Amino acid sequence: MTDAPAPAPFVGPLSDKDRIFTNVHGFQDWGIDAAMKRGDWDNTKKLMELGQDAIIDIIKASNLRGRGGAGFPTGMKWSFMPKESKDGRPSFLVINADESEPGSCKDREIIRHDPHKLIEGALIAGFAMRARAAYIYIRGEFIYEAKVLFAAVEQAYEKGFIGKNACGSGYDFDVFVHRGAGAYICGEETAQIESIEGKKGQPRLKPPFPAGAGLYGCPTTVNNVESIAVSPTILRRGAAWFNGFGRENNRGTKLFQISGHVNKPCVVEESMSIPFRELIDRHCGGIRGGWDNLLAVIPGGSSVPLVPAKEIMDAPMDFDGLRALGSGLGTAAVIVMDKSTDIVRAISRLSYFYKHESCGQCTPCREGTGWMWRVMERLRTGDADQSEIDMLFNVTKQVEGHTICALGDAAAWPIQGLIRHFRPEIERRINENKGSAPVMEAAE
Amino acid sequence: MADAVHIPDEAETRARWGAFEWTAENAEQAKKVVARYPAGRQQSAVMPLLDLAQRQVGAETQTNGWLPVPVMEFIGRQLDMPYMRVYEVATFYTMYNLAPVGRYHVQVCGTTPCMLRGSDDVFAACKNKGLVKGGTTPDGLFTLNEVECLGACANAPMVQINDDNFEDLTYDSMSAILETLAAGGQPKIGPQIDRQTSAPEGGPTTLKEMVSENHDYRGQWNEGATA
Repeated sequence: MTDAPAPAPFVGPLSDKDRIFTNVHGFQDWGIDAAMKRGDWDNTKKLMELGQDAIIDIIKASNLRGRGGAGFPTGMKWSFMPKESKDGRPSFLVINADESEPGSCKDREIIRHDPHKLIEGALIAGFAMRARAAYIYIRGEFIYEAKVLFAAVEQAYEKGFIGKNACGSGYDFDVFVHRGAGAYICGEETAQIESIEGKKGQPRLKPPFPAGAGLYGCPTTVNNVESIAVSPTILRRGAAWFNGFGRENNRGTKLFQISGHVNKPCVVEESMSIPFRELIDRHCGGIRGGWDNLLAVIPGGSSVPLVPAKEIMDAPMDFDGLRALGSGLGTAAVIVMDKSTDIVRAISRLSYFYKHESCGQCTPCREGTGWMWRVMERLRTGDADQSEIDMLFNVTKQVEGHTICALGDAAAWPIQGLIRHFRPEIERRINENKGSAPVMEAAE
Repeated sequence: MADAVHIPDEAETRARWGAFEWTAENAEQAKKVVARYPAGRQQSAVMPLLDLAQRQVGAETQTNGWLPVPVMEFIGRQLDMPYMRVYEVATFYTMYNLAPVGRYHVQVCGTTPCMLRGSDDVFAACKNKGLVKGGTTPDGLFTLNEVECLGACANAPMVQINDDNFEDLTYDSMSAILETLAAGGQPKIGPQIDRQTSAPEGGPTTLKEMVSENHDYRGQWNEGATA
């Protein structure tokens, strides 16, 4: 490279003035008057006057990547929507608040403490993609959160911020809330659309993609709560501001959710790319029992592979940094495990989760998740043969990529991560168990 | 998906629930729900209406509610849907109870983040109070179930009892909650330790101005370079 080296990226700690979700812990009222005092719904009409294409361009320029796990560029997703309806079909925005990934608990905080950021974002995003209405799909178990959201939407209608001539912009836009009823799979976008249509939440084959034929057969974009809720602030402060945080290709601020064996688990908004050690020491009071006691971390919610302690300690918490470790940022749901953890049981419990949540549509997942869980349970107790470790790994590879949606992959990856990093532990259990119990054939 | 449950005898259920109708209040609510969806797409309302019906059944039986087959048939008629389509939905989603439950539906999260923080102790507290997984106590007060991640992982371990979350549990605090409920009281909802929602225990590390006032940070937006 001939140019001068680029300045080092900002990787935290974030100062309070740059936090988007200022009421994330709910010390103050979620209601519309308090939210307006914090800056929400501040001349939203002016933001809309930027124009639909300009809004999408700013979101593209901000390099916001979807916060629901896959990290797809949000602005680009919005630009896939048709600019005009050729056949009279309306377009819809669906906001995914079906937060069910073990470890994830950020959308809950946005909805119960800062719901107006989400509703204002729904209007902005819906307007930019020329949608007629937004459906917010909130998981059924968020009962209190859904009450807050229904009430917040009601408040926004009363003020004229949504509905006919939303914010005086001349644009008509409705926001509806749809409660789920307990199915992880409805977090998958086409399953979510099926569910809103009043059916079982089983994913659809793609194509057609939702941007072509989604909800009620109309063009639809499905976005995560956090992606939508940050967009008004990005428009107000500019793409350059959002680009000022995190490493290239991993820009912005992010809600991190730290659970497991830290001294003080919490949800906190930080700069993307913040080093793992800084995140934990600054906000979580360190690892339980000290850094030497750290065993492994699942950095992005249950479906990403675990990372052993020595690899994660100083890793940047962003999409590319964690992918380089064979894992992923996912929803930034950080599950920390210290050396007291029964690591095989921890992963086996995730296998049970995926067995429970498989929708039953594709055979590799329906049968595979149960099979994998049963073998995992035997590996947990050591009641297995050494050859079954490779057999299990092989089966995860056969499930992965052979299903309509990514649940099969999500069930396979944690097991692959375990075998990759903790094979000696599994072998030790099998060796210790030898002689004490007869070796059995793999189940079914 | 879900494990098989014991559904009461059909004749008995039909005799009790065959004439199910909305209460006046719920009939109004049902109309509002259907209006959220485009004309001709009333099937979309099946999930909210099943929830509403389960709540009404709960109110009528002094339990957390369930969905007898005649009630599902009623919803099918309301929405002009074949019964089987309603049944499919009711059996697919875990929050619909296909068999009666107790006054309090104790749903303990057992998924890994809660497991790491001690959900075993929460189950032990339940067991010690006579609750059995998948069963209802003989007095009809408590039904215990292990559920999958309820999305409160930074406040693990946690339990959802009817509509309320109880978080940051220990063996002792879970026992106390069950005792309070059994005595007809209302335990404190949310974290059971010294903590504001999902902020770190002992006080937040960020946004401290927000603790005492509804602070507006916009005035500071242009202060200093961020990066």
